[in-house]
Amino acid sequence: MLEEFNDTTPLEDRENIIECKDLNKWFGDLHVLKNVHLNVKKGEVLVVLGPSGSGKSTFIRTLNALEEIQKGTITIDGTTLTNDLSDIETIRKETGMVFQQFNLFPHMTILKNIMLAPIWVRKWPKDKVEKIALELLDRVGIPEQANKYPGQLSGGQQQRVAIARALAMQPKIMLFDEPTSALDPEMIKEVLDVMKELAKTGMTMVVVTHEMNFAREVADRIVLFDYGEIIESGTPEEMFDNPQHERTKLFLSQIL
Amino acid sequence: MNREQVETNLPILPPPKEKVTFFQWLKDNLFSSWYNTLFTIALSILLFSIIKGTLTWIFIDADWSIVTSNFKILMSGQYPAVQLWRVWLCIVLLASLLGFSSGIWNGTITHLSIFLGSLLFISGILPFVSLETRIWTFIGLAILIVGHFIGKKIPIKKTILIGWFLLFPIAIFFINGFGVLPKVGTNLWGGFLLTILLATVAIVCSFPIGVLLALGRRSKLPTIKYFCIFYIEFIRGIPLITILFVSSIMLPLFLGQGVELNNILRAMIGLTLFNAAYLAENVRGGLQAIPRGQYEASHALGLSSPLMTCFIILPQALRSVIPAMVGQFIAIFKDTTLVTIIGIIDILGMAKNVAQNPQFLGQQMEVFLFVAVVFFLFCYALSYTSRRIEKSLGVGER
Repeated sequence: MLEEFNDTTPLEDRENIIECKDLNKWFGDLHVLKNVHLNVKKGEVLVVLGPSGSGKSTFIRTLNALEEIQKGTITIDGTTLTNDLSDIETIRKETGMVFQQFNLFPHMTILKNIMLAPIWVRKWPKDKVEKIALELLDRVGIPEQANKYPGQLSGGQQQRVAIARALAMQPKIMLFDEPTSALDPEMIKEVLDVMKELAKTGMTMVVVTHEMNFAREVADRIVLFDYGEIIESGTPEEMFDNPQHERTKLFLSQIL
Repeated sequence: MNREQVETNLPILPPPKEKVTFFQWLKDNLFSSWYNTLFTIALSILLFSIIKGTLTWIFIDADWSIVTSNFKILMSGQYPAVQLWRVWLCIVLLASLLGFSSGIWNGTITHLSIFLGSLLFISGILPFVSLETRIWTFIGLAILIVGHFIGKKIPIKKTILIGWFLLFPIAIFFINGFGVLPKVGTNLWGGFLLTILLATVAIVCSFPIGVLLALGRRSKLPTIKYFCIFYIEFIRGIPLITILFVSSIMLPLFLGQGVELNNILRAMIGLTLFNAAYLAENVRGGLQAIPRGQYEASHALGLSSPLMTCFIILPQALRSVIPAMVGQFIAIFKDTTLVTIIGIIDILGMAKNVAQNPQFLGQQMEVFLFVAVVFFLFCYALSYTSRRIEKSLGVGER
């Protein structure tokens, strides 16, 4: 049912699914993204690190047009983001997003939360969507909560529902915007486990996080943002064991 | 991944129970000190004299003949007595829908059917009503009860929902007749029947308009936005009486010759437009309470703006403003009495008219008290329903 993206071609030979050229964004006078160049390959897990206020959240939110950019181009799976609503909707269909605050719909049951978009946006038949939804709930480990409301679940469970909700659209890319930052320590693991499982299936993932162990273990590549720029980028080994840039060293020393 | 219940040796104790005897309660609450005793006694005397006075007036001094002999005219105005079966048919239809719904859904709707059932029962056993009324009320009551039990057995949800949507047009059709049945013109509508019709139209029609205005006021398109702001602020800035005057006197001028709107329809339009502006502000309050994350999550899932508004934003916004909206409904229900000013005779107008009849001189109190009780019953039913709906919708939210 769920597509597995497992692809045996080495990462560097695959094509780009996300291409960002020369991204620039301002909030008023504040220059929050400065000439960001970044490509993500199909099936790659990219972890975005950086101190708070460095623009990493803003960056990930530009990828599905939750934030507008003033300069530059973003191409997702062959579609270039413009002001055209239909382009935006095409891209949003193919990118699932998980938020720090879960943002589940509180007035709907868990099952309805998951089924809403596939039924109305993908226009898939209801019974098919229900099957997908139940399967996903099973996969994220909470099949018994299907008929509860979000408010009755713990934070970790809510975040797993949010992941299932995004996956139900069967997106090609998953964006995670600090998915564990609002969780109690004991619940972080259950969410990270689900994300690790997802990474194994070959899903393209962009993850903004402060979970260094997750980054080291799962990431194919890590980029470090500071003051709206990419300071350094590399594999987890390069970044953690042999950082080149002074600011990377400083950031890592403060966090690890 | 679920946490396991850790077993401990500590016994699980029930909360301590306090047993309070009646006298203990009295002592604790009413006679706990000398000044509380004094207050209790003084207030008891006051309460007793008020209740005694009221009851004596209601049962001995008051002359209720003004209500009993004008009961028909207070309730349905000049509506021809031979055609009254049409109104009754609508009430029976309402009773059957309520009965079925209460059987199917239970909960709040059951309380509403109990309300209508007792209303029918009480009107049926009043000593002064006609035999026809008695028969109709008991038909209604019987259908309500039968419907309840059938609804329990056979849940025909869709049919009943469609029934609810069609109820209002069907009722208007039967009450007016439109020539298919002998036409009963609006000039003959009056009394409480008219009050209910005015209020229902104002509430039902103003609701969608109000929601649209609220959404429009938050629109990014300046024309729509400023039109909505202007409309809302303009209407809220003038008294309802003015609007009723304008709609009854000036609307015909605007519409030009050929278009004829009768007085009642004009009042309905006036009330609707007035109520819509207030509702819009209530709904806007609810819209503002929706966190930004809900919009972002909807966008991220690819929901278009109309879908997002229908499924995510409005359901949450409307739910949070139910108390305010029902307050507005109650207000407009009572405000319908202002239509007497433009020569429409609703229940209050009718009460005023019969009170001026020399035959019932000096019985104003009685008839106005009757009107007050009727209004109270319906307003209370409204606010009771709103509280129940709020409660039932709140389940699982927090």
